Amino acid sequence: MDIKSLEERFNERIDAGESIEAKDWMPEKYRKTHIRQISQHAHSEVVGMLPEGNWITRTPTLRRKVALLAKVQDEAGHGLYLYSAAETLGITRDEMMEQLNSGKAKYSSIFNYPTLSWADIGAIGWLVDGAAIINQVMLTRTSFGPYARAMVRICKEESFHQRQGYEIMLTLANGTPEQKEMAQDALNRWWWPSLMMFGPRDEDSPNTAQSVRWKIKRKTNDELRQQFVDNTVPQADYIGLTIPDQDLKWNEEKGHYDFGPIDWDEFWQVVNGNGICNKERLKARNDAWDNGEWVRDAAIAHAEKRQNNKVVKKSA
Amino acid sequence: MNNKLYEYLLMLGDNSMILGHRLSELCGHGPNLETDIALTNISLDLFGQVRSYFQYAAEVKGGEFTEDTIAFLRKDREYRHVLLVEQPNEDFGHVIGRQFLYDSYHLPLLKQLTESKDETIAAIAHKSVKEARYHLRFSSEWVKRLGDGTDESHQRMQKAIEHLYPFIFELFQETDIEKEMKELKIGADLSRIKEESMTTIGEVLADATLKIPESAPRMAKGKTGIHSEHLGFILSDLQYMQRAYPDMQW
Ligand SMILES: [Fe+2]
Ligand SMILES: [Fe+2]
Repeated sequence: MDIKSLEERFNERIDAGESIEAKDWMPEKYRKTHIRQISQHAHSEVVGMLPEGNWITRTPTLRRKVALLAKVQDEAGHGLYLYSAAETLGITRDEMMEQLNSGKAKYSSIFNYPTLSWADIGAIGWLVDGAAIINQVMLTRTSFGPYARAMVRICKEESFHQRQGYEIMLTLANGTPEQKEMAQDALNRWWWPSLMMFGPRDEDSPNTAQSVRWKIKRKTNDELRQQFVDNTVPQADYIGLTIPDQDLKWNEEKGHYDFGPIDWDEFWQVVNGNGICNKERLKARNDAWDNGEWVRDAAIAHAEKRQNNKVVKKSA
Repeated sequence: MNNKLYEYLLMLGDNSMILGHRLSELCGHGPNLETDIALTNISLDLFGQVRSYFQYAAEVKGGEFTEDTIAFLRKDREYRHVLLVEQPNEDFGHVIGRQFLYDSYHLPLLKQLTESKDETIAAIAHKSVKEARYHLRFSSEWVKRLGDGTDESHQRMQKAIEHLYPFIFELFQETDIEKEMKELKIGADLSRIKEESMTTIGEVLADATLKIPESAPRMAKGKTGIHSEHLGFILSDLQYMQRAYPDMQW
């Protein structure tokens, strides 16, 4: 079959809602797009461990410590599944790490914001994991099978994270005035960056059409963002916190909340490396990787020695 | 008697807590995702044990005490862990070395405590002994990998052992409280633990082509509350929230 008819068949399969597997024929661009998207997603999970990891040693209680350790560990697990899913498309984990460490690959910009108080741990779980879920629930039906399946596993854990984060916020909001202030301050700082997590407006998002065509994305950035706002506003109301947006208003006619303009300048600043923590996050990843090199080398060398010993014993 | 039991529970809980704390500092910074996850797992197990010990300690002590006031609101001199567990995460070799030396003591300790006359301690030990067995397997495997890996890893692992080995003697040095708990058959007999522990250490280090340091100074003050300079910094992290925002629900 020539490329043209292969592509036609591929498109038919996509249209029929079939799932594409790693060994199936796929257009080169589809493969490349997936490698990029899945590895970026994996990097986000792994870099995302850092802002929350920042509070593990300082949790207010033992119960919260255990929960936070487990949460950050879950994110490492998400990174692992996703790297494995990307590897099925013909790239190695080391190559992906290299791309992350060199700054060539992107990860979600939200993780370049600092965690300044304990309430930020609540806000991240509630808002950042909350935003991630909306995106990831959509991705459970994405056309590439290994990615969709990884998402199913991950979504269960993410919704647990989201509830846990919300529960931290609820506790703070019901606490002393100082605690409530801490919670409000965290919401003020994390609200807008969370809205930015869905990416640029549809009219500024050139890849969306192709992604929708291939059923990588089933909803546009703006649709997902709206869904997030609609979900989250009542949750904030319920615990008595105020969303920092004066234009926020229920629109009866549309059945959605209207919300104020997003500062896209800030978004692009952070994407392009000028957020408060971009450098620290990359440095932390590079340090972990560089300091781990001798360890990884030793593991390989040791495994080879064992293998050789077995061969020697067998032949003796 | 209650006060002695309380102090004994602190010894058990503090070792797990400070070691768990050191491991928790590494979360997100491991040499690869698999070891990151594994070290966090160990930290989680240890903090699970801490919660059980301190919940029980709070019950023994009565009054306003909770697992959290015990964990976070003591003065530095009141922490009863051994110096070994507060040693810093110098490199992965030190992390593994510290873990291995502690595990080689922790497993036989818990095995004995499953027979404790104190039912709560026995129950906690029963649950924890499986975890400690896994920890020891993990850490000894890594001691062997690093000891018998590359030249660099061998040197680093040997250096870590040289640094950490002097701290193990304290584990086996009986304090008055441990002696009394042993006699009441609540606590463990450290001389029996020492035997098993030293055998494990000898075997694993030999397998790993590592040398046991010949003349090691013996560091032993932690159980009585005299620690190294590291503890102050550990506590400023650990206690930060409870000190800065006292008497609140979290
Ligand atoms: Fe995640
Ligand atoms: Fe999450």
